[in-house]
Amino acid sequence: MPAKSAAPNGNAPILEVRDLKTYFFTEDGVVKAVDGVDFYVKHGEVLGLVGESGCGKSVTSLSILRLIDRPGEIVGGEVFFEGENLLDRPLDSMVDIRGDRISMIFQQPKSSLNPVFKVGSQIVEVFQIHDEKMDKAVAWEKAVALLKRVGIPDPESKAHAYPHQLSGGQAQRVMIAMAMALQPELLIADEPTTALDVTIQAQILDLIRELNHETNTAVILITHDLGVIAEMADRVAVMYAGQIVEEVSVEGLFKNGLHPYTQGLIKSIPVLGSVQEQLNTIPGSVPNLIDLPAGCRFASRCPARVEHGLSICEEHMPNLLEVAPGHEVRCWLYEDAAGHTAPLKPGKGKKKK
Amino acid sequence: MMTAKPLIEVQDLVKYYPVQGGIIPHTVAEVQAVDGVSFTVYEGETLGLVGESGCGKTTVGRTMLRLETPTGGEVRFEGANIFDLKGPALKALRREMQIVFQDPFASLDPRLPIGESIGEGLAIHGMGNGRERYERVIEALSRVGLERYHATRYPHEFSGGQRQRIGIARALVMNPRFIVLDEPVSALDVSIQAEVLNILKDLQRNMGLTYLFVAHNLAVVEHISDRVAVMYLGKIVEVTTRAALFRKPLHPYTQALLSAIPMPDPTLKRDRVILKGDVPSPLNPPKGCRFHPRCPIAEERCSVEEPALRELESGHQVACHFAERFL
Repeated sequence: MPAKSAAPNGNAPILEVRDLKTYFFTEDGVVKAVDGVDFYVKHGEVLGLVGESGCGKSVTSLSILRLIDRPGEIVGGEVFFEGENLLDRPLDSMVDIRGDRISMIFQQPKSSLNPVFKVGSQIVEVFQIHDEKMDKAVAWEKAVALLKRVGIPDPESKAHAYPHQLSGGQAQRVMIAMAMALQPELLIADEPTTALDVTIQAQILDLIRELNHETNTAVILITHDLGVIAEMADRVAVMYAGQIVEEVSVEGLFKNGLHPYTQGLIKSIPVLGSVQEQLNTIPGSVPNLIDLPAGCRFASRCPARVEHGLSICEEHMPNLLEVAPGHEVRCWLYEDAAGHTAPLKPGKGKKKK
Repeated sequence: MMTAKPLIEVQDLVKYYPVQGGIIPHTVAEVQAVDGVSFTVYEGETLGLVGESGCGKTTVGRTMLRLETPTGGEVRFEGANIFDLKGPALKALRREMQIVFQDPFASLDPRLPIGESIGEGLAIHGMGNGRERYERVIEALSRVGLERYHATRYPHEFSGGQRQRIGIARALVMNPRFIVLDEPVSALDVSIQAEVLNILKDLQRNMGLTYLFVAHNLAVVEHISDRVAVMYLGKIVEVTTRAALFRKPLHPYTQALLSAIPMPDPTLKRDRVILKGDVPSPLNPPKGCRFHPRCPIAEERCSVEEPALRELESGHQVACHFAERFL
C-alpha cells in the first residue's frame, strides 16, 4: 500500500476511500471493475471523478453507498465517512446513511423517478422514511419549498405532476431536490448532465454549484466531460481501468497533468475556438477487466513508455504516489524501484541525478 | 469554399408528423419537426447542423435522403428535385447519398458478418459480381483502418469506435458523393471520438466527399465543419462560416449555446448567458420568433412577427429582428 496522504491543513476529509475493490463474479470470469481505488473528499469541496466508459467510476460511487448487487461484491478496502468505515456497518443500517448523510443523483433522471407517483409525494417519502413522525402536510409543504429552491417553475402545481409530465431538466431538478431534502454532507452526482442539452446542462451545473456553496455539501461529480470538470471541480481524480491514475487540483490537472493517460485525454478533446487539423488520439483500447495485465494498465497504449524505453511498465504495477504537494500519480515515469530510476521529476521534467 | 458549386440545395423543407388520437383515430395535432428550412451544401465542404434535442436536425438529414417523406419543400441534388424522382432514377441517386447513424450498436445487424452488412448495398444495386463486391468491401474496410480478416466477424466482436468505422465503411462502399453523418461520434468516448473525426477528415480530403454533419456538440462541429447552420425548434436561426459563427455569433440563441458549453480550462472565467426554461414543444411552438420566450433580448415585436433568415454580412444569415446590434 502506498502511503496515503491525509488532507492538507490537518483538516480531516469527510470521505476517504482506501484500496477499494469491487469485483463482479460473472460466468466469463472475475471482472475487476474497481481494483484498489484510493481518494479522499474534503468538507465542502467538489471532487471530480473522471474517466471513460467502463473505467469503474460509477461502480466506485455505488460501492461507497454499498449499492452493489450480485454478481458484484465489495471484496476489499475501506470507506471512511466522518471517521467511520461504512463497510463495517450492517448492511440494513446503511439506510441511516443513504439519503440522510450521503445522497446520490443519476444520469437518467426520468428512470430514477417512480413513474406512478407524483413528484411531490416522492419527496415527501424521503422525509417520512427518515422521520416517521413528520406530518404529511408539513412534509408536502417542505417538498414544495424544495422544488421552488431548485428552480421548478410554479412548484405548487408541479408537485402534483407525474415524472412523464416533466422535461429532462426538470426531472433532474426534482432528483436534486430529493437528494438535498435532508441536507446531506455529501452528494454523489453520477453524470448528472450527460443526458441533458447544453443549455439545460448549464442550468443544472449552476444549481449544483449554488447548493454546494450555500449548504457546504461536499460533492463527488462523476463525469467523462473534461469541460464540466474544469468548470465545477476543485480537485480531480482520474480513473483508468479500475484504478485512480492521478489525483490533483483542477488547475494542476489542466496545466501540469503528469500521467500519460491524463495528457492524452486532454489533448484528444476538440476545444471550442482552437481549430486543429488533426486531433490527438490514444491508440489501442482499454484492457479487458477480466484479464488484466500484470504491470501498468495503460502500458500497452502509453507513448511515454516507448519514448523512455521503460521495460518495468509491463511487468510491475506502479503505485499511486504523492510526487508534489497535493499531486498524486501512478506512473513509473515518476517512481523509483529496485533497478529502476524514475526518468522524470515532476515540475522540472529533468533527469533525476 | 464560397466559389464552389452547390451540390445540394434545400428549399423551404417542411416535415410534420401527425399525432393520432380520439376514439376513432384521426390526426389531432402535428409535430412541426422541420418548418421551412432552406440552406445549400457546396461540393466538397462539411456543413455542420447543430441544435439541441428535438430541434429537427436529424429529421432534416433523413428527409434530404428521402428516408422520410417530406410534407413540403424541395431538395435539389445538382439541380434535380429529388422529391420528384421515381424508380430507377431515384435508385441511382440513392447511391450518391449515404448516411452514417448515431448508434453503432443499433445500426448493424447482429447476425450478419460485417462484410456482408457493408456489401449489402452493392448487392441491392447489382454492382459487380461477388468477387468484385468482396474486393470493394475490403477496400472500404481498409479506408477506415480495418483489416481484411475483420470482414467475417460479427458486430459484437467490435468496440464502439470500430463499429462506427464499420458504419462509415458501409456508406463509403457505394462510392457516394454526399454523406449525412448523424451524430456519428456522440455515443463514443473522447479518445475514440478523436479517432473517428480524424478518419472522417482524411476520407473527405482523399475522396472529395461532401458532408452534412449533424450534431449537438459545438466543439466537435467546429472541429470538422467549414460552415455551420444552427437550428432551433424546426427552424434555422443562423448560418455562416465556422470562423464567423464561433467568433461573432449574431443570433442570441447561438450566443447562449456557445456560452453554455463547459470549457476544459479552469482558469477561464466567462460571463455566462444561462437560458431560462426548457425548449418548448414542437407540437405547439411559440408564435412569432420561436426563441422569444427564452430570449434575453426579446421585445414585443418578437412575439408577433416571425423573423426571416436574412443575410447580414456576406455568407452570414441570421433570423433575428435585432441581430444588427451584435454586428
